[in-house]
Amino acid sequence: MMESTWQTLASWFGPAWPTVWVLLKIVVLLIPLMLAVAYLTFAERKVIGYMQVRIGPNRVGPKGWLQPIADALKLLFKEVIFPTQANKALYVIGPIMALTPALLAWVAIPYGEGMWIANMDAGVLFLLAVTSLEVYGIIIAGWASNSKYPFLGAMRASAQMVSYEVAMGFALICVLLIAGSLNFQDIVHSQAQGRFAQMGLGFLSWNWLPLLPLAVVYFISGVAETNRAPFDVVEGESEIVAGHMVEYSGMAFALFFLAEYANMILVSFLTSIFFFGGWLSPVGFLPDGLHWLVIKAAVFLFLFLWFRATFPRFRYDQIMRLGWKVFVPVTLIWLFVVTVWMLSPLSIWR
Amino acid sequence: MEFQTVVFYLFGAIAVAAALGVILVRNPVHAALFLVLAFFSSAAIWLLLEAEFLAIALVLVYVGAVMVLFLFVVMMLDINIDRLREGFWSNLPLGLLVAAVLVVEMVLVLTGDFFRQAPAPVPLPADASNTADIGRVLYTVYAYPFEIAAMVLLVAMVAAVSLTLRKRKDARYLDPAEQVKVKAADRLRVISMPAEKE
Repeated sequence: MMESTWQTLASWFGPAWPTVWVLLKIVVLLIPLMLAVAYLTFAERKVIGYMQVRIGPNRVGPKGWLQPIADALKLLFKEVIFPTQANKALYVIGPIMALTPALLAWVAIPYGEGMWIANMDAGVLFLLAVTSLEVYGIIIAGWASNSKYPFLGAMRASAQMVSYEVAMGFALICVLLIAGSLNFQDIVHSQAQGRFAQMGLGFLSWNWLPLLPLAVVYFISGVAETNRAPFDVVEGESEIVAGHMVEYSGMAFALFFLAEYANMILVSFLTSIFFFGGWLSPVGFLPDGLHWLVIKAAVFLFLFLWFRATFPRFRYDQIMRLGWKVFVPVTLIWLFVVTVWMLSPLSIWR
Repeated sequence: MEFQTVVFYLFGAIAVAAALGVILVRNPVHAALFLVLAFFSSAAIWLLLEAEFLAIALVLVYVGAVMVLFLFVVMMLDINIDRLREGFWSNLPLGLLVAAVLVVEMVLVLTGDFFRQAPAPVPLPADASNTADIGRVLYTVYAYPFEIAAMVLLVAMVAAVSLTLRKRKDARYLDPAEQVKVKAADRLRVISMPAEKE
């Protein structure tokens, strides 16, 4: 049934079919992603509301469920204001540069056994390259606004994101060593083997256990990379109002928002894939599948919101100290430990 | 024309235009952003050459890290265009000489038999891993040059840090270890006093 449907579709489009097929896959990916972004903002307000013993938004639609739709409509109909002295072209490019890498990175993510848009040999490298472009949106927006607070926000962002990329990259090196590959599929497959996986306790064979310090470093660096609380000095309200977004309004502002939340979801997916077995089932008697990846990512997204409700904002020098003087040494030491471990007779990765 | 040729000319044109932009625009921040565009287009051309590792490394290192710091510095500087143009006429002869040498060198390389004799590279099979191949060669055949280059870079990095590191005597620093060790008794004294009566 499915096969014949695809074949008729393919015959309609002829040689253009591969392009159409990829575009279809992109649409199938983007619609749930955008919905997830919209409802993550709702979940954030609700979760933080309950943590602070409030109710949160409950006016629009049943129990407030239409709140994100109302927010999106409001932002769409608002005027986009250009500051008089702003650099017009760059002012427009800024938010676009913020959103593009946030969406582009999803190309490389695997969603299940053989489920992908692009299965790249150097997938992890591609992902690192794309996420390293995210900082441009913030820097360009901060500079082009021609205003003090956005500029300070841009300076903080560039220093912070470049610093935490180092720790993230080093944390990934051990994952790549264990998988022996830069391919996402291989990284997940490498977590499916091991003594515990054979006993039906797959979750003890995932990378998080032997690489526990690195999993922690990776996720916290991910929080810092996305400029979320408690590392949100880039847009610290009490100091620089909203950082790089101060001068933006309407849809241009919404693009920054979309990028930030898409990045949060991306970091949650990546942590699940690198350290928590991706789509693998935690126990032997349940089947693997996309739902496991979504559940794991949802847990990390909840952590993002929990952090925001719990921790006060770091001071700027404390952020830099944590990145360079704590995380980078931890990752380097663990890299040494893992390499020695892999070469020793006690290696668990053979 | 093959599709790949179209893509090549597209990215080639963008790269050349961006490179011209780097030297022609007056605003230094715009120039730095044009340089980013030039790097990115070059990475795309490398991808067409099936050198995906180098292409991604170019984006990761130059676009993602080096140019961010470059922009950081350029944005902070208060650049005075008039001051920059002061020495234009006195430096012109030297600049022209360097340009002439560069042009001659390029002509020698491009018109000589440097490229003509090289046979077209054999297209790699679809499952060939560029990254693994580079890694294997780098750590076997070129192990010594690779290690030496790494050492030189490390020395340069340490030298750059030590040259610019100046400790001010009057600056005050926080020591997080000391801060953590503080006990409540060091900071707080509970005094018992009789209740105030009106």
